[in-house]
Amino acid sequence: MSVELDVFVGNTTIMDEEVYQLWLDGYTVNDAVKVRMEGGVMDECEASKDVLLSDTMDQYRTFQMCERLLHSPAKLANQLLFQIPPHRQIMLIERYYAFDDTFVREVLGKKLSKGTKKDLDDISAKTGVTLKSCRRQFDNFKRVFKVVEELKGPLVENIRQHFLLSDKLARDYAAIVFFANNRFETGKRKLQYLSFQDFAFCAGQLISNWTVGAVGESSIDPSYNMVEDMDVDLDKEFLQELKELKILITDKDLLDQHKSLVCTALRGKTKVFPEMETSFKNLSRGLINIAAKLTNTKDVRDFFIDLVEKFIEPCRSDRWTAADMKLYLTHYTNSAHILDTFKHQVVWDRYMGVVKSCIFKMYHD
Amino acid sequence: MPGKLKAKIVAGRHLPVMDRASDLTDAFVEVKFGNTTFKTDVCPKSLNPQWNSEWFKFEVDDEDLQDEPLQITVLDHDTYSANDAIGKVYIDIDPLLYSEAASVISGWFPIYDTIHGIRGEINVIVKVELFNDLNRFRQSSCGVKFFCTTCIPQCYRATLVHGFVEELVVNEDPEYQWIDRIRTPRASNEARQRLISLMSGELQRKIGLKVLEMGGNAVVGYLQCFDLEGESGLVVRAIGTACTLDKLSSGSAPNTNTHMHPNTAPASNACNSPSKDGKEPVFVEDLPSSSGPPTPFRALPTSSSSPPPFSPSKPCSRQSSSSDTDLSLTPKTGMGSGGSAGKEAGPLRTLLRQQTQTALEQREFPFFTLTSFPPGFLLHVGGVVSARSVKLLDRIHNPDEPETRDAWWEEIRQEIKSHARALGCHAVVGYSESTSICEEVCILSASGTAAILNPRYMREGCLDIGCTDHRFEDPSPPSCGFCHIPYDELNMPFPAQLTYCYHCRRQKVPDVLFTTIDLPSEAAVAGKGCLIQARLCRLKKKAQGETNATAISNLLPFMEYELHTQLMNKLKLRSMNALFGLHIQISVGENMLLGLASATGVYLTALPAPGGIQIAGKTPGDLSNEHISSIQKRINDTIAVNKELYQINPPELAEEGVGSPIPEPRHRSRLFRSHSESSDELSELDLSHGKKDAFVLEIDDTDAVEDIHSLLIDAPPPTGFYSCNTENMPGISNWTSGVQMFTSVRVLRLSNANLTNQGLNKIFTDLCENLLKSFYFKLRSMIPCCLCHLNFTVAVPEEELIQVTVTAVAMTYDKEQTQEKTAEKPVNKGSLEAEEQLQFPLELCADSSSSNIQTASKISGVAESTNISPRAASVDYGSFADRCSTWLELLRLKAHTIRRGSVKTSRRTQSLAHSVSSLERCSPLQEGRSRSLRSSRSFGGSSVTVVKMTPLSFLPGIRIIKYLGIINMFFIRETTSLREEGGVSGFLHSFIAEVFAMVRAHVAALGGNAVVSYSMKECVFMENPNKNQAQCLINVSGDAVICISETDQESSASTANTGQTGGGGTDGAT
Repeated sequence: MSVELDVFVGNTTIMDEEVYQLWLDGYTVNDAVKVRMEGGVMDECEASKDVLLSDTMDQYRTFQMCERLLHSPAKLANQLLFQIPPHRQIMLIERYYAFDDTFVREVLGKKLSKGTKKDLDDISAKTGVTLKSCRRQFDNFKRVFKVVEELKGPLVENIRQHFLLSDKLARDYAAIVFFANNRFETGKRKLQYLSFQDFAFCAGQLISNWTVGAVGESSIDPSYNMVEDMDVDLDKEFLQELKELKILITDKDLLDQHKSLVCTALRGKTKVFPEMETSFKNLSRGLINIAAKLTNTKDVRDFFIDLVEKFIEPCRSDRWTAADMKLYLTHYTNSAHILDTFKHQVVWDRYMGVVKSCIFKMYHD
Repeated sequence: MPGKLKAKIVAGRHLPVMDRASDLTDAFVEVKFGNTTFKTDVCPKSLNPQWNSEWFKFEVDDEDLQDEPLQITVLDHDTYSANDAIGKVYIDIDPLLYSEAASVISGWFPIYDTIHGIRGEINVIVKVELFNDLNRFRQSSCGVKFFCTTCIPQCYRATLVHGFVEELVVNEDPEYQWIDRIRTPRASNEARQRLISLMSGELQRKIGLKVLEMGGNAVVGYLQCFDLEGESGLVVRAIGTACTLDKLSSGSAPNTNTHMHPNTAPASNACNSPSKDGKEPVFVEDLPSSSGPPTPFRALPTSSSSPPPFSPSKPCSRQSSSSDTDLSLTPKTGMGSGGSAGKEAGPLRTLLRQQTQTALEQREFPFFTLTSFPPGFLLHVGGVVSARSVKLLDRIHNPDEPETRDAWWEEIRQEIKSHARALGCHAVVGYSESTSICEEVCILSASGTAAILNPRYMREGCLDIGCTDHRFEDPSPPSCGFCHIPYDELNMPFPAQLTYCYHCRRQKVPDVLFTTIDLPSEAAVAGKGCLIQARLCRLKKKAQGETNATAISNLLPFMEYELHTQLMNKLKLRSMNALFGLHIQISVGENMLLGLASATGVYLTALPAPGGIQIAGKTPGDLSNEHISSIQKRINDTIAVNKELYQINPPELAEEGVGSPIPEPRHRSRLFRSHSESSDELSELDLSHGKKDAFVLEIDDTDAVEDIHSLLIDAPPPTGFYSCNTENMPGISNWTSGVQMFTSVRVLRLSNANLTNQGLNKIFTDLCENLLKSFYFKLRSMIPCCLCHLNFTVAVPEEELIQVTVTAVAMTYDKEQTQEKTAEKPVNKGSLEAEEQLQFPLELCADSSSSNIQTASKISGVAESTNISPRAASVDYGSFADRCSTWLELLRLKAHTIRRGSVKTSRRTQSLAHSVSSLERCSPLQEGRSRSLRSSRSFGGSSVTVVKMTPLSFLPGIRIIKYLGIINMFFIRETTSLREEGGVSGFLHSFIAEVFAMVRAHVAALGGNAVVSYSMKECVFMENPNKNQAQCLINVSGDAVICISETDQESSASTANTGQTGGGGTDGAT
């Protein structure tokens, strides 16, 4: 005796959020039943294991049927097959596009290609996220990437409108797309301590300040206004201009002047002042060199590793506190304005504004 | 040429990719009606084509308009090869044919393909212009409204109820035509879908004609069914109740008035009365008043004359019609005997009865498919009448003609009619018909509730007299009148224990009442109701033709008997005394028969309290006493728990008063009875049945123990849940807005080849119980909630497969309010009734004893019904074999059909006059818990209307303002890639979801936002896993309506609707 067929269909589609999460997390039906049993659902309504199994299967089937719609969430709202209340639709979409930080950390900056997809089982083993869930998340990244790639206009807004995601999630996806597009290196050992949220923050900074579509950018040709990928690619012109900053380290006078201005401002305000004074030139060279090299795609990829190697690590070995770091970078940036021979204030602010906030974010254990 | 149909194809969306190379589709549309076809332009390379076509115009007869669906086919244009079909949409334009309903059909329809399911959507606008029909011999019946709802629809008032209409059409099943061997499955499925659509249209038109002929303008309780007979054809048949309905001016009338009140009916309607009934208007009006004073009234049932005598000829005629398959080919000749029996009885009855009787007798079938009635319509209810007949389909002489089937149903209906008459009733209410087909064997079943109706509703002019209200209220107070026995207690059609009504103390009531109707809204109940099911499997040998048919018809009575016993036991176990909405389904398979009886149990305060259940060994010491006493204890505990659970605690006020009129109950430790017992034994038995006597179960072998265990298996619903299979949940009326309709299908494969009946029963019972458990679990977020209208359908699709299909609706209610209500009502009424009751103690005493004797002596004539009569005092739990032998003898003489009345008596006085509760019927819509479910959500300019569905005739907190017409849709889905679609479950799951989606889309296109009285009539599932194939046929129906939230409406119109608006703020009415 066996149950050959068992279905339950509601006019309003019934979906249990807990089961949905288990499905998204890639649990098999049997594992999901186990988890639910441990969770104590059985006590409600005197359910038995069979009841739970049947319910879980029904829900899994429903989710599978919905999955196609979730791939283009806009369809969910005007499809006729499932009658789902709007707030539920939002929940379904938001959860479907949610991802594990540990997983995304592994693929961040990698090409969203078939090759990467093949490595997903390794990532699954490493992160403990089930392969099924890894695939879903990876496919989501890829799908969002593909769609926004062809769209004009602001990246975050495009993602939000097209996938009906919350602002937060849309921003995270923007970061993922941005990283994937520019292939930033994030996997090196030295970067391991950084979380996805650290990178997402940095990506947000880069997107809103260094790309063509960046706000307040006046130097752009008006015809550029709605170019493709305006949020995804860094502003080439800006990158060129960054080369001009080299003067801050190549001009001996300027470098000394800059150092003395900074040191004057910092003296007595921090315990690590001596170390700051000693390493000023090195640190400054580090930051400016990073800026100057950004015209090379290869060096763009290494942006974060460079920041860590050239700046964060030396500071950390000198035991700067986060407050020290803040103090230093603020004065470092501001002092440059006082240098009368330094003409590239706009580019400098645009560069340092982002670098400063990135380093603040990245300066932790 | 009286009609012009216009259609415009606007756009498509979400189309499938038909051209792999471009990942796009070059779609165009064919619009076909009758033999005329139009085409749109091709919209190249788009998955969201905009056609914006011209108006395609079809000039057609209105006859065709009624029969034909508009057929829209979406195709992919292909330059070099044949165009590929994407899918189709069939639009039934019937709703456009009556003036009040929809004026335009416009909206997005799912494009459906029988192989691929839904493939995108298409936006269509359809209009109809009707010209005046000049032809007086017309064949069309445009304008007759159809309702699936089995009560008078909200926002209408019935000025006249004309009665039964039926029709049946037959055609060759395309699946069995020779051409099917060479055409594709898709073509075959589409031919079938189209044919059934055509046949349904034709059927509806023909029924409409009959209604017009009777002078009516609507069919209520329209029930249409398909019989897939296989080789011999495809039958579409329908029954309904013809009425003349008046639309209440919108908004102004409170819902309660929807149920017509005789005195409010306008005089102008007199002329509408059907020609058939108009003949005897004379004194009907006066008679009821004459029965007002207690004495004449009592004379009614006691007069020695009344029930139709059981002339020897009668049982025979009954037998010939139902039981004997072998004879099924000879048309029944004995019809006259049934009829004459009634006539003989006629003159002997009181005038009142005579009058109504004659009025009704003039109709061929005084049947009503309605299950709930306007207050005052039902005078008395006799009990359930049912008839079954086994037929051989391969013996139909002229399979393409309806005559044979017509004759079959005619026979069954005659039998039902005669059963009703035997119960002293002149009408059958809550009437329904069904079939079960396996290979060439077909079981036809019909059942209903014998009743006496208020004659005023039956004849011309009666409705106009406004002053009569109090005349009726006197003899039968609304809260208990329907329980009073309609038959003569001296000549009871079956042995029953009668007592004086615990409510009014004036008339006799049975101890138990079984009916197929809904609980009348004015009935007084204690506590809450609950779903009661009896389930049964019987193995049979595989056989062919007549042998098979005989085997089946031999098994039927046993099954009925056992189902009945189970129901009875379970009813007692729940401490209840009445069943409503009883539906017994017997389904036939190659090697087994399945029986499933569902009903809603309730405690009627007018009937006596049920005694307990007492366990007894066959002979003392047979089984260890310990064992028996432990079972007894379990049973007692269960009863106590159930009383608590269903809050059955009627006040004991009347106890003393009751004591005197009823003969001292003889307490016997044990009752013994077998069916072969002689009549004096039986009489002894009946006498022994004092009111306090327990219902006795005997244990004499292991089977009996099993049976008792299985009795106790039924788990009560978890806290916060109630369940019923009727429209109204007894004891709950304060619905809140949560509504969730669902369909669930489960198929079980029996792997074990040598199963016993017992084992099979267990499996079947578990299957049903587990389904219920699943529902409770899934719907737990709706607690406190009630599963209403639980409709179970069983089938044996193949050998070793059992299929159970359930459709129901879960509705949330407000716990607090319920309790208040129950608490306050009983008291005052109780004391009032107690006084009245004291007036007739003596009479009662005499009557009840004499009636018992009467019954006993009559036993030979009615043995067949005795055996299964609900009040059978003790049920023999002897082995099956024993029962068989004793039974067979009786059966040879008696019919297989079973008639049940229910009768009896008890104390109990208070009425929880839940008449207020009847307001439940007010309101509609609300799906799921979320009130945020707004009617539409827009994206990219499109929106989807939220369409609520319910099998009930109402939605809580919401008021129906317009009926748009019936939805009657038939779909076939087939797959040749079963595994890829997620196996059988995946396949059926998506199909059911698709069916829902198509129903919703059609309703939305009519401008509606809800479907009431929704039901899934048919769900035939066939699979062939080895070939990776499966096929499923689904037929659904319901009434499309527009409804608005009660709260909204109150602001606009001054409705005194109490409505438990419970936050109905939902649903955007269109």
